[in-house]
Amino acid sequence: MRKLALSDEILMKVEKPARYIGGEVNAVMKKKEQVQIRFAMCFPDVYEIGMSHLGIQILYDMFNQFEDAWCERVYSPWVDLDAVMREEKIPLFALESQDPIKDFDFLGITIQYEMCYTNILQVLDLSQIPLHSKERGENDPIVIGGGPCTYNPEPICDFFDMFYIGEGETRYRELLDLYKDCKAQGLGRKEFLKRAAKIPGIYVPSLYDVTYHLDGTINKRIPLEDGIPETVTKELAVDVTGTYYPRRPVVPFIKVTQDRVVLEIQRGCIRGCRFCQAGQLYRPVRERDVEMLKNCAMDMLKNTGHEEISLSSLSSSDYSRLPELLDFLIENCGRDKVNISLPSLRIDAFSLDVMNKVQDVKKSSLTFAPEAGSQRLRNVINKGLTEEVILDGARLAFAGGWSRVKLYFMLGLPTETKEDIEGIGDLCNKIAAVFYETVPKEKRTGRVQIVASTSFFVPKPFTPFQWAAQCTKEEFLDKAYFTRAGIGSQLNQKSIKYNWHEADLSVLEGVFARGDRRLNQVILKAYEMGCMYDAWSEYYKNDLWLSAFDRCGVDPDFYSARERKEDEIFPWDFLDCGVTKEFLLREWHKAKEEAVTPNCRMQCNNCGAARYRTGVCVEKGETNAAALR
Amino acid sequence: MKVRVKFSKYGPVKFIGHLDIMHYFQKAVRRAGIDVAYSEGFSPHQIMSFASPLSVGHTSDGEYFDMEVNSFTDEADMLQRLNQVMVEGIDVLQVRFLDKGEGNAMASVSGASYLVAFSDKFILPSNWKDAFLSFYQQSHIPVVKKTKKGQREIDLKESIYQLEVRGDKVYMLVDAGSGSNIKPEFVMETFFERTGTVLPEYPFRIHRVETYKRAENGRLVPLIV
Repeated sequence: MRKLALSDEILMKVEKPARYIGGEVNAVMKKKEQVQIRFAMCFPDVYEIGMSHLGIQILYDMFNQFEDAWCERVYSPWVDLDAVMREEKIPLFALESQDPIKDFDFLGITIQYEMCYTNILQVLDLSQIPLHSKERGENDPIVIGGGPCTYNPEPICDFFDMFYIGEGETRYRELLDLYKDCKAQGLGRKEFLKRAAKIPGIYVPSLYDVTYHLDGTINKRIPLEDGIPETVTKELAVDVTGTYYPRRPVVPFIKVTQDRVVLEIQRGCIRGCRFCQAGQLYRPVRERDVEMLKNCAMDMLKNTGHEEISLSSLSSSDYSRLPELLDFLIENCGRDKVNISLPSLRIDAFSLDVMNKVQDVKKSSLTFAPEAGSQRLRNVINKGLTEEVILDGARLAFAGGWSRVKLYFMLGLPTETKEDIEGIGDLCNKIAAVFYETVPKEKRTGRVQIVASTSFFVPKPFTPFQWAAQCTKEEFLDKAYFTRAGIGSQLNQKSIKYNWHEADLSVLEGVFARGDRRLNQVILKAYEMGCMYDAWSEYYKNDLWLSAFDRCGVDPDFYSARERKEDEIFPWDFLDCGVTKEFLLREWHKAKEEAVTPNCRMQCNNCGAARYRTGVCVEKGETNAAALR
Repeated sequence: MKVRVKFSKYGPVKFIGHLDIMHYFQKAVRRAGIDVAYSEGFSPHQIMSFASPLSVGHTSDGEYFDMEVNSFTDEADMLQRLNQVMVEGIDVLQVRFLDKGEGNAMASVSGASYLVAFSDKFILPSNWKDAFLSFYQQSHIPVVKKTKKGQREIDLKESIYQLEVRGDKVYMLVDAGSGSNIKPEFVMETFFERTGTVLPEYPFRIHRVETYKRAENGRLVPLIV
């Protein structure tokens, strides 16, 4: 029987003790004497969020296939347990062995969103690991970061020994081997870091220095060691079929956000929406073989007992074997009453037909993501969804029995005008009108329900909008009120509900997204002042953040509200994510000209990702070879 | 066809709540490849009925649920298949096919027996064993029981069918019927309250030994006889 790190008394008084006990179905147990490397994999948020993340499941499976390593999980203790652990000085522990994280060889932290930065400090602090890389000694774990936020790791670089830039499937084996070698030779932590910095995709921030111009922009980045690369290039799984995929994912005892089998059908996206960071970072799009997916789906359902399977990708409709895969799933899942959930599908006759087969029409709602209210602005952001397509989709759906529609928009996109915002209300109204045209009175059961949601646009690194200024909080809120008024003035306004996100959080997210090394001190200060769980609006303390910036003498507007010059050196320019800065700049110019760029399957736009020689870049054989030159 | 499954719960999984245990078994039954029956309608669910819920923190050797199956091989095969997909801390102890007339697990429950141990942080009054027995030997133990609808006065004595001190533990068999259920910690708290003992946090370690139904002759028998 495993012994728990926390006493019964503590577990009985915290909310959801099952978050901390491990021992779930498919959790991997090994004998610690029989492994050489202990790896703690962390998602710095609460268990229910962390357990829902596919990337960790893939890496957990991969590491545990290595015979010499044991990978365990750790998440942020919720605020109630956090207080107890601080009070009683209990070190943070891994779920499987319940051993303290500070005794591990590695602590890997996936960094999925900027608002978890203070939780990273929480995890280090509770683990009793020095917060700063430079203060860690030979007995502390190597702290390594991965995930989308590491494409600009600078705001948190002081807290990490290294970052892994790109997809985890490719280089961890090499890194672990190097670690074992260094240990066997008695080489210390510093030497390991120096050597690791030469592994492709590994960035060791302490081995670089940055100098600044008087205006605060970056002057130069200086490698401090010989033989370490000036540019760190993203790692990418060239073959997404013949690689790791978890056949036995861990099944949590308690309900988590993603309580289902997740089948990642492809990586990347052909669309090239200009606001979307994922669409650039994961290029080129790579499809998994349909037979592999069928096989994985059946194995995972069998091994977990989940009642639902969800397809995962940035744009599922673009997966070329989707009809075949769905036919297979419908045939094989129906028998066992497994639900199929289909996010990110384009609404058309095909998808409606599929949804009809797999879902209860009465309960489900349709989702469109026009992102902008006018065609002009949709051209600016290169969102290839026209009003005609939306209204046609809605017409088909209403005729098929749906009566609930969700619409997602962004406010504060570059070049946005009042007319563009008015377009949001107009579009919602037109959809409502389509309902009343399409569905005869006697068939209606109440009003059509349209829910429009707006988020505030946050410019991200490695997107064509990385040069753009972000709106201030006041500008954002004005836009939200204007949107609300626009919707309120519509004929069908009673059928339309409007939600908007919080502005404070979006502004801070924007600061971190494009921040530099000078933000490390601000994040530390905010954490020391009590900021944690910033992604949870009930725990987000904007006043403390503003005061932290103030006390550190850092102006947040410098990072968010400023349009950047085309020749400015960005904090993330030393990373190469596969697409070139020239391509992004071309796209920034085209955005301002309201010109659209065709998707990767229609035409190669020479973004740079073809150098990986995989996925969509080689689908057409010679056709895209031009891009390779 | 209905099947009754008896299982135990011990170790860290005692922190998994009743609803989550139900979800756990819904998934386990699918992993075990059991031909479980589903309800009709838009959101079909497995036809399952759990006996008396066990509080978070309690362990048990006498948990039960019933499920409807479309087909089966035999009891031993089902027992083995379920045990192959269990986690540490949950063992399937018995599987029994039910006769047509058998009432469902939840409705059948009439009693439950418990062994109550004490936290090592709990310094017990030296004479607690004798005091406990005299407490139980009263002819009436009037108490106020809090229910969802408010509170009412009951005679606790009537709801305790058996009570003994066994070594350093207390054994009790109490009413567990729906509506008249008595929690073992309520009995313990009532006693210590009357002796003026201040309880530390999480004072009791409660283990359910068995869950009972009433046989036709009125006697309490385990849900699987």
